[in-house]
Amino acid sequence: MTKLHALTAKEIVEKIRSKEATAEDCILSVFERMRKVEDRVHAFVTLVEEEALRRAREIDDKVSKGKPLGRLAGVAIAVKDTICTKGIRTTCSSRMLENFVPPYDATVIERVKGEDGIIIGKTNMDEFAMGSSTETSYFGPTHNPWDLSRVPGGSSGGSAVAIATDEATLAFGSDTGGSVRCPASYCSVVGIKPTYGLVSRYGLIAYANSLEQIGPMAKDVYDCALFLSVIAGHDPRDSTSVKAAPKDCTEFLRNSVEGFKIGVPKEFFGEGTSGDVEKQVWMGIHKLEELGASCEETSLPSLDYALATYYIVAMSEASSNLARYDGLRYGYRIDRDDGDWSTVYSKNRRIGFGAEVRRRIILGTYALSAGYYDKYYLKALKIRTLIRRDFEDTFKKFNVLIGPTMPIPPFKIGEKIQDPLALYMCDVDTVSTNLAGLPAISVPCGFTDGLPIGMQIIAPPLREDLMLQVAYTFEQNTPYKNRKPPLK
Amino acid sequence: MKSLRELTLLKLKETTMKRRRLSKKEVEHTAWLAHIELSEKEKTLFTEQFNDILNYFKKIDEVNTEDAQPTYHVLDLTNIYREDEETPSLPAEEALKNVPKKEKKFLKAPRIV
Repeated sequence: MTKLHALTAKEIVEKIRSKEATAEDCILSVFERMRKVEDRVHAFVTLVEEEALRRAREIDDKVSKGKPLGRLAGVAIAVKDTICTKGIRTTCSSRMLENFVPPYDATVIERVKGEDGIIIGKTNMDEFAMGSSTETSYFGPTHNPWDLSRVPGGSSGGSAVAIATDEATLAFGSDTGGSVRCPASYCSVVGIKPTYGLVSRYGLIAYANSLEQIGPMAKDVYDCALFLSVIAGHDPRDSTSVKAAPKDCTEFLRNSVEGFKIGVPKEFFGEGTSGDVEKQVWMGIHKLEELGASCEETSLPSLDYALATYYIVAMSEASSNLARYDGLRYGYRIDRDDGDWSTVYSKNRRIGFGAEVRRRIILGTYALSAGYYDKYYLKALKIRTLIRRDFEDTFKKFNVLIGPTMPIPPFKIGEKIQDPLALYMCDVDTVSTNLAGLPAISVPCGFTDGLPIGMQIIAPPLREDLMLQVAYTFEQNTPYKNRKPPLK
Repeated sequence: MKSLRELTLLKLKETTMKRRRLSKKEVEHTAWLAHIELSEKEKTLFTEQFNDILNYFKKIDEVNTEDAQPTYHVLDLTNIYREDEETPSLPAEEALKNVPKKEKKFLKAPRIV
C-alpha cells in the first residue's frame, strides 16, 4: 500500500472523507517521513508537530460527528518562511527576523485553515526571498533531493524539496522573479505564479511589492489547481487585490489541447541555455503538437532586456521595503546602543542582514538616488511597459507561451554563490512574467543525467484556466510525474 | 559550450573595456544612505561586484523608450479606499511582543541627537 505521506492532497481528502484514514494518521505519516529525510535535505526552518496533530484530531472529531469538511481536510501544508503565521516564528531565513513571532495570520493562511488544511512547519528559503538557490539562508542551504550536492533552486527551495520528498503534501511559495517556478523546476514538482493581484499579499513579508505573488506548489497539476482555488480571491486588506470572482480551478483540468495555439518565444532559448534543457523542452512542445495543439516560434524582442529591468525594479523596491528593519519594533538589535540612532540602525542592519540582502538594498538605494533615478529606475519602468506590450501583442496570436523554466539544470551548491551576477542570470526566463503580472506554471518535462528539467507555460492575465489545461494535458500524457527522487 | 557567465563577461568586455561606473567612495556613501555599515573588505568587494552588475544593467541604455510611460504596477487600480470605520486592533502588549528593547508600554529608541 502506498504510504499516506506519498499521496496527493486529492487522495488524502478522499481517504479522510470516506474514513479510510484519519487526519491524525496522515499527519503522523508526514512527520515520520521527515525523521527519515529531513537531516539530509534541510527543507524546514521550524516544525510545529504538536499543533499539527492537535488540528488533525479536531478534523477527525468533525468526521466522527458527521460535520462538513473543508476542501483541504487533513492535508499537510508547508509554509515558506516569508508568510506570517500567528504564533509560529516567521524568519524569512534571516538573522534579522530570527525571533519574530507574528501576532496575526496572512490571509492565505486563514484561507487554508478555513478549509481544514494543516500547517506543519515553515520552510527554508533564500534570505528575504533574494536568490535562486536557497543558499543565502541564515540557517544554511537546502539540498536538492535528486542530487544532494546540488541546489534545489530558490528562493522557495525548502517548499519545493518538502513536496518532492513527501515531507509535505502542499506547500506555499512566493514568486518575485521566479521563486516558485525555479525550485519547482529543479525539484520536479509543479508550481504556479498566479496573475498579479489574484492572491492576497496580506501577511507576505514584502521584498518587491509590484512583482511578487504567493503561489501554490504541489505534486501534480490537480493539487496545484485545488490549492489555488482555496487561496485566490479578493481581500480588502491588500489594496492590490483584484476583484475576480472565486473559481474552482480544478474544473479547468481537461485532458485536451485540441485547437490550442502555442507560441514559443525564441528569446527563451537565448545564449547560455543548456542544450539538454533546450532539447527536452522542445520534446515537450512536440508532445503537445502530437496531442492536437499548434505550435509556432515567435519573438518578443523586449525580453532581451527583462533581466536587467527586473533587477533594477526589484532592488529599488527592496531598498524601500526593507528600510523598515531598524531593530526598534521587531528584528535584530545590537545589545549596546553605542552612538546615535543612525549608527545603531546601521549596525543592526549590518549584522541582521546577510550579504545578498545588503547588496540589493544598497544597489536599490543607488538606483533610486538623485542623479541615477531617471537612468536606472525610471528607464526600467518604461521598458516594463514595452515588455507588457510585447506580451499583449503576442497573446493576440496565441493562447499560451511555452519555454524552459530555467536555462540550465540544477547546479552545485557553492558553484555560483560568490558571483552575484552569475546567479542573477539563472532568472532570465522567469522574470518577464513578474514584470508583466502574468500567470505562469512550471511542470516537470524530463531529466538530464538524473536532474529535473521544468517547462514553463505562460498565459494572459487571469487566464489561469488556459495554462492549467495545457499543464494538465501535458502531465497526463507524459511519465515524469511518477518519478521520485532517489532518497530512501 | 560557454556558460552564461562566460558569455556575459565576453560581452561586457567588448562594450565597456572595464570602465568603472562606481567608485568605492560612492559605495560608502550609498551604504550610508541605506543605513548599512560595511567593513573595509566588504566595501572593496561590493564595489567590484556592483561594477559588474551595473555594467550589465547598461544594456537598457540601448532601448528606445520615447513613447513609453512608466509601469509602476500592472493593475488598472488607483486610490483604493475603504470606509473609515473603527475595527478592533491588537492590544498593546501583543503589538509590543517582538520589540527587542522596551520599557512599560514604550519601545526604547537609540539616542536621536
